Amino acid sequence: MDIPRDTLLQMLRTMITIREFEEGAGRLSQSARIPGLVHLYAGQEAVATGTCANLNPDDYITSTHRGHGHLIAKGGDVRRMYAELFGRATGYNKGRGGSMHIADLDLGILGANGIVGAGAPIAVGAAFAAKYRGRGQVCACFFGDGATNIGPFHESANMAAVQKLPLIFVCENNLYGEFTRQDEEMLIVDISDRAAAYGMPGVTVDGMDVLAVYQAAGEAVERARRGEGPTMLECKTYRFFDHVGVGFGEQERPEDERDYWRSRDPIVLFRARLAADGILSEEDAGRLTEEVRAQIEEAIAFGESGPDPSPESLLEDVYTDG
Amino acid sequence: MAREIFYIQAIQEALRQEMERDPDIFVAGEDVHRGIFGITGDVRAAFGENRVVNTPISESAIIGLAVGSAACGLRPVVEIMFMDFMGIAMDQIMNQMAKMKYMFGGKARLPITVRTACGAGLRVSGHHSQSLEALLCHIPGLKVVMPASAYDAKGLLIASIRDDNPVFFLEHKRAYATRGEVPEEPYLIPLGVAEVKRPGADVTIVATSYMVNEALTAAAELEQRGIQAEVIDPRTLQPLDIETIVRSVRKTHRLVVVHEAVQFGGIGGEIVAQVAQAAFDYLDAPPTRVAAPFSPVPFSPVLEDAWLPNAAKIVDAVLGLVPAKA
Repeated sequence: MDIPRDTLLQMLRTMITIREFEEGAGRLSQSARIPGLVHLYAGQEAVATGTCANLNPDDYITSTHRGHGHLIAKGGDVRRMYAELFGRATGYNKGRGGSMHIADLDLGILGANGIVGAGAPIAVGAAFAAKYRGRGQVCACFFGDGATNIGPFHESANMAAVQKLPLIFVCENNLYGEFTRQDEEMLIVDISDRAAAYGMPGVTVDGMDVLAVYQAAGEAVERARRGEGPTMLECKTYRFFDHVGVGFGEQERPEDERDYWRSRDPIVLFRARLAADGILSEEDAGRLTEEVRAQIEEAIAFGESGPDPSPESLLEDVYTDG
Repeated sequence: MAREIFYIQAIQEALRQEMERDPDIFVAGEDVHRGIFGITGDVRAAFGENRVVNTPISESAIIGLAVGSAACGLRPVVEIMFMDFMGIAMDQIMNQMAKMKYMFGGKARLPITVRTACGAGLRVSGHHSQSLEALLCHIPGLKVVMPASAYDAKGLLIASIRDDNPVFFLEHKRAYATRGEVPEEPYLIPLGVAEVKRPGADVTIVATSYMVNEALTAAAELEQRGIQAEVIDPRTLQPLDIETIVRSVRKTHRLVVVHEAVQFGGIGGEIVAQVAQAAFDYLDAPPTRVAAPFSPVPFSPVLEDAWLPNAAKIVDAVLGLVPAKA
């Protein structure tokens, strides 16, 4: 695989940004500086990063309740994301959505989503619009293993297949649907097996290896752009924090399982690969991490210091006027 | 030039004229290549399979198709074959379509029309007969339109399609076979504007959808008894033109609200509450509702006829408020 150095470095920066953003969000949540819930993406960085590195600014994504990583990988502004986590008027959604609903339509980000599986029908619509206009756009639909047990997911996969929509179904199989293990929720091991039921290709890759995701997603994106229809890409991954927040249910997952996946930290693996290939030394990667950390601290300060929405704005934007 | 056509044809004409005007408009739904009621078949013949899109029987995905494509710049007109089927799609309706604009901080624009057939009386029982408009009216972000006549159907559908919000356009199955004067050229009836279908001084009858026809029949009968009923069709329930209704009640001092949906939790309760607040001192009798009893729509013609609100029940309700003068 011949990937330009700039692309490799950008992917590493994206992964580190996601990790630092999530660790920051976790701290803010634990100390109750931000209201509500956060579902942290740490551990799964390679999936969003490797997928979105194949997308153009005018391509679309749909995301999930665990969506911060997808937003950052598609180009989301971490300052406005934090402002939304704080519920500020300067946030992406003017404080109307919070962590589970951040969207940036200008970047093709059709929103994180509080309902498991609900992004899939919307992704069908985005991919339909792309096909209707015929400008070669695609949509990547992110979802977890649990979402594949929900009815609308099956409706969407079938409709996308039969209409040959330019859609990439990206399953982040982190082994748990909320707090329940995959083997208690379904009798298959590889979720990509489900693709056969819709007549689309199904591929399973190591979701801790950003280059494996990048390559497989690239093939699916190219297939979609050629008008050959959707692909289901399953990425085996793991969430390093709990289903929700920090310190809530962590110990329910077996320690050896956690240790195994922690030993396969996608950022550690990618840094080692880049160092071995002479792309970026560990020392330079450390400097990059420090640089990102400073940006994250600045973004948190921006988010926290923003103005609250005015109570008078409560009823704005329920409807489009005119 | 106006001519007399069926309600079905009025809907079809609105679809064709709007699709000719705006290439971003497309139709999608189950069996739309023919249309279960024969509405979209000719539209498909005229505009082809890329703009009149047959879908699998997948209501969630149909609504998602509308939400996603609208958020990405198109103007979908999707069909849920029978209103009862929207249960399958309820997450996409109430959590996605209705809330996306607000929860995204106002950025999304969702110019969606969902056409669906409502109403009982066709002997097709409880999964193909409901009037569930109250469910939709309860969800901020949706608009709800219920045309009673062919003229209203065309003008309201064009207005719904041009509206930049998600609009549920509820077509009553018994209204499909009714006829009326409809201009050939496109025209709009603004959403949120009620119409006084018949003026009167003694009682205000607010009726929705097919019940407008029943109310007009009742008003003709009441006239024989010396009672002048004013019949008002709100035409859209969300937004609701309460001012026109209140103005009428201030004149007639009596209110009967008629809808085919079951009475408990129906839109009638909302209208009565708003009128009571705005015109309490004008009321000479308790506001009354004529609506279906609290049961699923039954199959047996005997049972269904007993279930349905109709002109006779409206006359009885009015006579409970206004003594017959003749």
